[in-house]
Amino acid sequence: MNCAFTNARLIDPANGLDETGNLIVENGKIFAIGKKAKAPSGVKTHDCKGMAILPGLVDMQVFTGEPGEEHRETLATASQAAAAGGVTTMITMPNTNPVIDDAALVDFISRRARDTAIVRVHPMAALTKGCDGHGMTEFGLLREAGAVAFTDGDRAVMNALTMRRALSYAGTFDALIVQHAMDQDLQSAGVMHESELATRLGLAGIPVAAETAIIDRDLRLVELTGARYHIALVSSAESVETVRAAKQKGLPVSCGVSATHLMLNQNDVENYRTFAKLSPPLRREEDRLALIAGVADGTIDVVVSGHNPQNEEAKRQPFAQAAYGTVGVETLLAGLLTLHHADGVALNRLLASVTARPAELLGLEGGTLSVGARADFAIADLEAPWVVDADSLRSKSQNAAIDKRKVQGQVLACYVDGEAVFEL
Amino acid sequence: MTVTEIKGAFAHRDLLGIDGLSVSEITYLLNLSDNYVEQNRQIDKKTSVLRGRTQINLFFESSTRTQSSFELAGKRLGADVMNMAVKTSAVNKGETLLDTAVTLNAMNPDLLVVRHGDSGAVALLAQKMSCAVLNAGDGAHEHPTQALLDALSIRRRLGKLQGLRVAICGDITHSRVARSNLLLLNAMGAQVHLIGPQTLLPVGAEKLGARVFTDMREGLEGCDIVMMLRIQNERMEGALIPSVREYYRLYGLDREKLAYAKPDALVMHPGPMNRGVEIDSAVADDPERSLIRDQVEMGVAVRMAVLEALAANLPNNTGEAE
Repeated sequence: MNCAFTNARLIDPANGLDETGNLIVENGKIFAIGKKAKAPSGVKTHDCKGMAILPGLVDMQVFTGEPGEEHRETLATASQAAAAGGVTTMITMPNTNPVIDDAALVDFISRRARDTAIVRVHPMAALTKGCDGHGMTEFGLLREAGAVAFTDGDRAVMNALTMRRALSYAGTFDALIVQHAMDQDLQSAGVMHESELATRLGLAGIPVAAETAIIDRDLRLVELTGARYHIALVSSAESVETVRAAKQKGLPVSCGVSATHLMLNQNDVENYRTFAKLSPPLRREEDRLALIAGVADGTIDVVVSGHNPQNEEAKRQPFAQAAYGTVGVETLLAGLLTLHHADGVALNRLLASVTARPAELLGLEGGTLSVGARADFAIADLEAPWVVDADSLRSKSQNAAIDKRKVQGQVLACYVDGEAVFEL
Repeated sequence: MTVTEIKGAFAHRDLLGIDGLSVSEITYLLNLSDNYVEQNRQIDKKTSVLRGRTQINLFFESSTRTQSSFELAGKRLGADVMNMAVKTSAVNKGETLLDTAVTLNAMNPDLLVVRHGDSGAVALLAQKMSCAVLNAGDGAHEHPTQALLDALSIRRRLGKLQGLRVAICGDITHSRVARSNLLLLNAMGAQVHLIGPQTLLPVGAEKLGARVFTDMREGLEGCDIVMMLRIQNERMEGALIPSVREYYRLYGLDREKLAYAKPDALVMHPGPMNRGVEIDSAVADDPERSLIRDQVEMGVAVRMAVLEALAANLPNNTGEAE
């Protein structure tokens, strides 16, 4: 399909572009972009009326229930939620049932995605077999099959020797190793940030040290091995500081944060609100501010949704027993735009963290509106305010931590390969 | 028997914790309890305040004294009392807490007394119930009737709570008794000292309005009341404290350590006691110094008062309570 999108605010962080103009799509690729881009005659035009065109988002952390727990979410339902959020590439997590630790299973995800999903899906594969923290998986074969990185999902590799070997072996393939930085021993029975509030609620706390201990250890191993290392989610000011120092040292380290951690803090679990029970936990307000500052100065490379659909029964439990996680792929962009409006973080930087930067880390095409790139993009009203209503989200599960929150920024349409996959 | 008319009001559907109660509500419950103490010492201990009412005691954690105390309280007020013990083993994980709530609710109880091992579980259950819910202990969160009975025991012996200095010693981290007592005593103008080894002291305890000590001698100084907490077996043997003998040496209450407090300081324990672990028998059984037996007696009276106060707020109350 050939089409011209005219009169749009074109924003492409990868190329430092932010100007009003036209986007010309030809054969699913970007043919021309900018104020001088002219639509070839006879091509269908779509007047964007000043709305923004952004590269389709690359969400680097999406948990689905497929295979094994399709009642929570399938690749199809997650992709519909993604499209409605302007996310054109989802990176899925391997801790499904069965765990994605075999080339055939990576292939299964790719085929299921091709047949059922409306956005691109790239799986991360397990770092250890069965995500059990012991034996390494076949990085080489898994990469060949299409795995973009290696992680044990929501579990840290606790054994330092296993981690050293994984980092070392990953170097063979320049593979990216992604860690859920949470020391299981220090976490113990902890279910929320360790604080006065946890004491008052009578809930066991998770100290910041449970995160920093793993990061500190891993950074030593990165120094030793030189492998590319990514912390999936940081939650504390201390972690941001540690990563900042490691980057100054020149270590090949990167990290992510969830949009929810940029919007909420530990007070959101008051009254045992299990929908705000996350791993890593929501921490102090000063941590939230440090995370925002980390995104703003580039210490934190990527912002993810951490989309983790849980059904009602898993959440309507006593806090300690309730499942971790929040849905978020559909509200990722709105969350970031809200930060831009409320906290003044530069738009370009925020958008880079969900487009160009994750694509670069994962070695994917996309995340840009460069001429010749695949026409994956979103049209959005950057200003429109709305209230998140969990029940009307497209995900199969409605566990939204930011339910009833006011956000600003609405996706109007989403395109993959130049074809509309979502229109409001 | 002499029953004084109690003025005041209690404007809550449920009693989920001390948190959220006003000073006047706490005082009202204590005054009401005083009456029941007298009534419980008569030959005829029964009234018809709860006649026709159904009270269910739902215990997800086993308990002997709290459950029997609630049972006796309900029966003395004329309610039909049913005890349900629910084992939270993996066997019946299938039914969620809320399923249980919905099932029970369909039986139209008027008063539901709940103990559960998870903090916040009783409040969660209360959301689905249309009757009054009493928290008989939820995880490490609250145990409001224990705090009320402790306060009543102290007030009856010393005549006041205001201005007293109360030490709470032992496993503060895992104790709902400590939290409810801290809230109640703070509200009533008493000063609370929390004492224990660092591994059993929760993060941020000093911000909750207590002074925190790791040394018994320092912590007990000037205390009118020394409240000992039960130490659970699973916390010992190296997990949080290295051994029973070391714990007893450092924190077990014997005459020597009690001497650090005021000369006439009183000793309390929510029970059941581990004699020779957190408390020495000589101290626990000293009628001059120990309030432990009073606590059990006050327990029944306090629970009667709370049941009455909550029943009075039930939507279908016919006014029998007056």
